[in-house]
Amino acid sequence: MAKRLDIENLNLYYNKFHAVQDVSLQVHARSVTAFIGPSGCGKSTVLRSLNRMHEVVPGSRVEGRVLLDGENIYAPGVDPVQVRRTIGMVFQKANPFPTMSIRDNVVAGLKLAGEKNKRKLDEITERSLRGANLWEEVKDRLNKPGGGLSGGQQQRLCIARAIAVQPDVLLMDEPCSALDPISTLAIEDLIAELKKDYTIVIVTHNMQQAARVSDQTAFFNVAGVGQPGKLVEIGETGKIFSNPSQKATEDYISGRFG
Amino acid sequence: MRTDTADIERPARTPAFQPLSLGRKVRNHAATTLFALAFVVAVIPLLWVLVTLVRRGLVPMLNADWWTHSFYGLLPNDFGGGIYHALVGTLEQTLVCALIAVPLGVSVGIFLIEYGRNSRLAKTTTFMVDILSGLPSIVAGLFIYALWITTFGFDRSGFAVSLSLVLLMLPVVVRVTETMLMIVPDELREASYALGVPKWKTIVKVVLPTSLSGILTGIILGLARVMGETAPLLILVGYSRAINFNLFDGPMASLPLTVYTARKTSTEAGEYRMWGAALTLVLLIMLINLIATLLSKLFAVKTK
Amino acid sequence: MTESTNSQRAAPPGENGAAPVNTPEGPVLEAPLTPPNPPNEKKVVRVGDRIFRTMATASGAFVVALIAAIGLFLLIRAIPALHANEANFLLSGRWETGDPEHLAFGIVDLAWITVASSVFALVLAMPVAAGIALFLTQYAPRVLARPFAYVVDLLAAVPSVIYGLWGALVLAPVLKPVAVWLNTNLGWIPIFGDGNVPADSGSNVFTAGIVLAVMILPIITGVAREVFARTPSAQIEGALALGATKWEVVRTTVWPFGRSGFVGGSMLGLGRALGETVALTVILSYTYEGPHYSIFDAGATFASRIALGSAEFNDNLTVGAYIAAGLVLFVSTFAVNALARWIESSSGRGKE
Repeated sequence: MAKRLDIENLNLYYNKFHAVQDVSLQVHARSVTAFIGPSGCGKSTVLRSLNRMHEVVPGSRVEGRVLLDGENIYAPGVDPVQVRRTIGMVFQKANPFPTMSIRDNVVAGLKLAGEKNKRKLDEITERSLRGANLWEEVKDRLNKPGGGLSGGQQQRLCIARAIAVQPDVLLMDEPCSALDPISTLAIEDLIAELKKDYTIVIVTHNMQQAARVSDQTAFFNVAGVGQPGKLVEIGETGKIFSNPSQKATEDYISGRFG
Repeated sequence: MRTDTADIERPARTPAFQPLSLGRKVRNHAATTLFALAFVVAVIPLLWVLVTLVRRGLVPMLNADWWTHSFYGLLPNDFGGGIYHALVGTLEQTLVCALIAVPLGVSVGIFLIEYGRNSRLAKTTTFMVDILSGLPSIVAGLFIYALWITTFGFDRSGFAVSLSLVLLMLPVVVRVTETMLMIVPDELREASYALGVPKWKTIVKVVLPTSLSGILTGIILGLARVMGETAPLLILVGYSRAINFNLFDGPMASLPLTVYTARKTSTEAGEYRMWGAALTLVLLIMLINLIATLLSKLFAVKTK
Repeated sequence: MTESTNSQRAAPPGENGAAPVNTPEGPVLEAPLTPPNPPNEKKVVRVGDRIFRTMATASGAFVVALIAAIGLFLLIRAIPALHANEANFLLSGRWETGDPEHLAFGIVDLAWITVASSVFALVLAMPVAAGIALFLTQYAPRVLARPFAYVVDLLAAVPSVIYGLWGALVLAPVLKPVAVWLNTNLGWIPIFGDGNVPADSGSNVFTAGIVLAVMILPIITGVAREVFARTPSAQIEGALALGATKWEVVRTTVWPFGRSGFVGGSMLGLGRALGETVALTVILSYTYEGPHYSIFDAGATFASRIALGSAEFNDNLTVGAYIAAGLVLFVSTFAVNALARWIESSSGRGKE
């Protein structure tokens, strides 16, 4: 079920601000692609455009194409709601639904889409929580509110929630930036497991993390405030970190800016 | 001896902290006292009103008939009778008012926060809600009279009262919905969208439940507010001393109208009934405030 | 209905796009002049979303229409009565509406009583409200500030008919000696001179204004509390670091910061006072003698005149006279409230 993504000539805008200029890249199926770059370089904006979350912000605009296994998610007649059901997302800050129990959080996507079969929901709850390495920790308190979990557990709950709808692609927007090192490690291990089944795109500020978890890395940069972010280069992670072809990449990776 | 040497050895110096000048001290204390006094000044009328109500209104209330009977057939000098007819009217009128004002107001709040943000219509609506919240209740009554009774030709009724109360309750509901939706973090909406949930379902199933506790509390407080309104009632419905369950037909009592009307019976028994009704009204409002507090605790988002 | 649409359409989007035509062409270096597809213009909108959005927008528009309708209906109903009016509506003090054939009504006396009682109430309530708000935000211990604020808010929970009873039956007798003293000793000031009822009657603007002051106190205090609490702590700490006393801090930072918000709140209170009905209907005694422009006058405000006339509401022309008075009240509260919001919204700007 994992699918590849081809981004072609993507230009993203917030009102008149040109946030991202002319990005084209390929994301391979069943692999982890990391987006790195300094703050404001547009990497999160690109990520959000991959499941049409960019357009949720009032005044935002998208030009270009994003192809999911060859099919443009921005084609006329494509329902953004369906795109998001196929391409899931995990956010920087864990955001479980505060009014729902752990179980309901996991199956929220399915329940809100009208799934009522309790057996099926229970099955999916367990499978998704196991998939997110959270089952053992919460199986005795599935009916407790999700807000009562620790930060790391909440983030894994959000991952479980995202994979419960069985997406083809999983987008992660700095999923560990608010977590302690131990929880971060748990999430990174999880990413390594998830890539067997999913295509994963992860935005991270942490270069070690990108080096640890990703197969290919894309480096974004921005010339200055008010300038659009651009893709500098993309390549196999080992190559980007050891022998980047661009000077800016090398400077960023060696910690000279950013 | 010892002090002497100490005095000699210590260099001449000023104390570490210079005392405030007397004028500054006096002004500071005077200001503190005045501000505290202002608070006391506000508490005095509140206590005075409450004590008056309890002292004069408690006796009628202790009579068991008070809660089960009406004023029907009472002569000006008859003690006794009960407030049941007015309770029925007040509860029916405010309930029907809520049935109209709550969905409408919540809907306006949803428009302002979820759909209209910063649009011209939203700005105009916000302004009009402000104006509505400052609308004198008597004008609300006159408007319903001009619309419902003069233009549409209906008779005065409890329902006309409910309609006028809607005008007064609507801004309260809109405000509270707006405030409560505003504090729902955008992350929750995004989390829901990212799961492939349509916007309307996100609002109904994620955003509204998260802010339910606050909205509910605000609505109930709004109910308490319109419950004490008297002015539109004078125009829109006749007073009845008997029990009338029908909102759409005939004169109908309510607590504030009963207080107002009983004042005109200038006998000891009339005063007795008036203060009894007044205390009942205030107790009902307090009870509803209490319920609002309890509900907000009950529906508050739990983390454990 | 949308539920079923959702589950049907939950299939992978491979079925409903024209994608295969657009195969990847590899990176293009310059930005395309015409984007490959028009962005966002042919957005798919779900039925549920469309219905929900329309409903919400319609209810927003309804509120706007409502205010317009209030003005319009009052105007339509007032016009015939104004045509039939035998007195000057703006300049006459008469109020003879019993005979629809010979209507004679004017608002000048109503305006005087309304403005006098509201302004008197404002003069009393403003300093007290400012004091309470400063006390609650700057002086009261944190633990007590909340319950204290709640106590002040309780003042707003008491129905106006009860304030009326209290004012007329309990407060007025207590105020009588004060009124008489003011009238005898300060009577040379016109505003404390003899009114159209004896100073010791109690049912005059003096009592009404004091009761109104109590009623608008929580409104002004509420707004003032909010703006004073928003004083940037950097400003307060700056003043404290210069060795200012609490009072000097308040005078130099909190008060200048919150002043215009406080004035806006007072305008809201004024709007409330102008429209208050039942408390004044109960307190003020009605008299046919014109006002002497003293706070010991009795009479009726716009609102209380309408309430008093409710028994006469059986002829459209008669009602029209009252509606005309209501229209004036509506327009004036509209103006006062709009002014209040304007002051309030422009107060925070540039300071925070």
